[in-house]
Amino acid sequence: MSDTLSKLEKRTAYTLVLPAVLLVFAIVLFPIFANVWISFKEIELKDIRIPEPRAKKIVKSISENQSELKIIYKLRNSSLIQEIRNVQFQDKFPSNVSPVNLDSRCNFQSKKVVCNFGNWQAKYRENFEITIQNKNGEIIDKKIIETQKPILSGKADNPLLTTNFTLENFKKVFYENNFVELLLTTFYFTFFGTIGAIIFGILAAQLVNQNIQGRTYMRGILLFPYVGPVVALAYTWTLLLDPNSGTLNALLVNFNIIEQPINLLGQKYITMSILGFEFKLRLALTTVIFFEIWRYFPLAFLFILARLQAIPQSLYEAADVDGASPIQKFIHITLPQITAIISILFMIRFIWNFNKFEDIFLLTGGASGTRTLPINVYQQGFAVSDIGMGSAVSIVIVMLLLSFMVIYFRLIGKRANEV
Amino acid sequence: MRFKSLGIFLIISSFFLTCILSIWKIMATLQGLSFTYLNVTPVFLISILLTFAYVFIGNKINHLIKIFLLSLIFSILYFYLNETSPCWYLFGVFLITLFFTNKLKKYNMQSLKEDFISEKIIFDFITLFGIVFFAFVILFPFYIMLVTSFKTQIALLVNPLDFSLDFTKSLTELFKSYFVIFETYNFGRYILISSAVSIGTVIVTLLFAIPAAYTVARLNFFGKNFLSTSILIIYMFPAIVLVIPLYTVFSQLGLRNSIFGLLIVYTATTLPVAIYMLQGYFKSIPKEIEDAGIMDGQNWFGIILRIIIPLSLPAIASVALYVFMIAWNEFLFSLMFLDSPKSFTLSRAIQYLSGDAETPRQYLMAGSVIVTLPVLFIFIYFEKYLVSGLTAGSVKE
Repeated sequence: MSDTLSKLEKRTAYTLVLPAVLLVFAIVLFPIFANVWISFKEIELKDIRIPEPRAKKIVKSISENQSELKIIYKLRNSSLIQEIRNVQFQDKFPSNVSPVNLDSRCNFQSKKVVCNFGNWQAKYRENFEITIQNKNGEIIDKKIIETQKPILSGKADNPLLTTNFTLENFKKVFYENNFVELLLTTFYFTFFGTIGAIIFGILAAQLVNQNIQGRTYMRGILLFPYVGPVVALAYTWTLLLDPNSGTLNALLVNFNIIEQPINLLGQKYITMSILGFEFKLRLALTTVIFFEIWRYFPLAFLFILARLQAIPQSLYEAADVDGASPIQKFIHITLPQITAIISILFMIRFIWNFNKFEDIFLLTGGASGTRTLPINVYQQGFAVSDIGMGSAVSIVIVMLLLSFMVIYFRLIGKRANEV
Repeated sequence: MRFKSLGIFLIISSFFLTCILSIWKIMATLQGLSFTYLNVTPVFLISILLTFAYVFIGNKINHLIKIFLLSLIFSILYFYLNETSPCWYLFGVFLITLFFTNKLKKYNMQSLKEDFISEKIIFDFITLFGIVFFAFVILFPFYIMLVTSFKTQIALLVNPLDFSLDFTKSLTELFKSYFVIFETYNFGRYILISSAVSIGTVIVTLLFAIPAAYTVARLNFFGKNFLSTSILIIYMFPAIVLVIPLYTVFSQLGLRNSIFGLLIVYTATTLPVAIYMLQGYFKSIPKEIEDAGIMDGQNWFGIILRIIIPLSLPAIASVALYVFMIAWNEFLFSLMFLDSPKSFTLSRAIQYLSGDAETPRQYLMAGSVIVTLPVLFIFIYFEKYLVSGLTAGSVKE
């Protein structure tokens, strides 16, 4: 009895869960594996269509009497890199019309011209001609001939499914692509974006956790940058920071804080001197990091606030009795209570920042020293249109991500579970 | 000790007042007033005078009269130290000072003797300053976005600091950018597409997620643990690594430039979060209620439809809103998959607009306002649901 019940339960479980699992598998997991496949191929954006034979039909009159017409088919292989095998051609003609001097590859039967063109190499082109004639010497209607489209078919390999592999893409990723700088930029962006978001999150949570009026409103306002659409926010920032007529530069110049407008998003380095030491700051990257912090500290804030509100008030009361100062209370009570959530947040934000594409793309497009790995995927795949390279960079990202996860679960995961 | 805390009190509170007054001055500058100096030092000095006078007077006169008088004197001093400014600006200064002196209420010569008072003062004023700072930093870009959409490109190029709105103009003149983007740039269509995709994603995601979440929460089957951990790991996987394979496959299947293709991708990428959020809630429903349903001879379909869904409406609502916002804000996939203006979503349309350097910025900002307003309204209105959903979505405490 219980056996049949559990069998039924299992069957129900699979029917309920399979649709979702299959969909996620097809759209999320399959591409990750497909990336591995594509990354070992030399394939460009223009090659991804399956090659097909194409024909453009042009009808011309050749004699004064309209009973004869010349038809030119401009035949071509749509692919520049792959051959099409066993190309078959077929075109229909009205009754009483028959071809004259038909090409040897073709034959004419029951109002149809059927040809067997054999194999077409990549980039294959041919102007194929048929002359047709009305048996009774009557005028052939050009329109009818023109509207009838030829049918072509042929066998071609899907360029994605061929089995010629190469290591070229990975070589290019590591040796030709300024890989070290790319990696450093990505880590710089990810690390400071994450740390900044968490620090501002702690500050904001600490503020809102006080007994102040309107703190629910404050919580709502603080989350605005996180819920707003990235496109709108990024363009607003671009306008704000614009060197020519942006509000921020205009304000700073107006109040004589700076003399010349600074191109915050378009300048790679700025030289600063502090206490006589001169050092170069990655300006555009820093600006992008600030945008990142501005947009994502709300998430850290929300989690930390939820944790802060769960800390029992009695702990603070006890500390008051012991005569602890506000700073001591923060260090000895608040901080230990939020370390677990901070380590989880650090992990989540680190991974998400590592993969951040939209923000940098919309602000700088990856120019002036803000090219990170995800931006590079886009640039390789769609700007340079080298799909194989783009995939290879994706693979590098996935590998790095997996290693972060492993490190995280080794180091912090256990502790986070204990707390 | 007392002099040390008095000093800290004077400096910190004056610093706070100076900051607020500077922000006020910046805001006034953006209304077209031509200030060219922030005058930080003189303002700081008179602030110190003000706070000193405040503690010095102490409780000798009524609090209200005291703050009123002090603010008045402060405003007059401020007026003499500053460039010529209109009445409304000075009135603002007066109100800010009034608010500030009212905040000083709990400090007097007595309270400055308390333990740790200097730390407490610093904490108090950093809190106040932090709130003003965060509110300003967050709202300022939104303010600029809104106001720019009502200005014209030429006016902004002439004076990039003048964001004052001319309300004497007719409404059609004021809302001109909005009319233009609807008429010339076809934004009505993009709003429809965006809504269709987002609402479609919500419906399809819920259709898939509710049964799956129920299964993960309740039923026993082989691979259950694997499934529930992989849900989270998949959620962490980035969209950018999916883009190239999906692009190639969608090109071959003819799914690019189609709303349907976008719908599939959005559904698949939001499903893990949705399942995760829902199963957490389903687990909290007492199992006895379901047992009663089984006794009545309900099958799983009946149990989900008649018991689980009605009991977890708040959770479903929060998942729905969350998914809606993700789909509405999504940009990467719409950038990759949509090339033809016929099938643009709002985000993609704005990005397309900005690609043309000739597009005046007020149109861009009007578009941005249109894409931002719905999410902000939903967020403000359903904040409670969303916040609980957001926190439940990634952390188990």
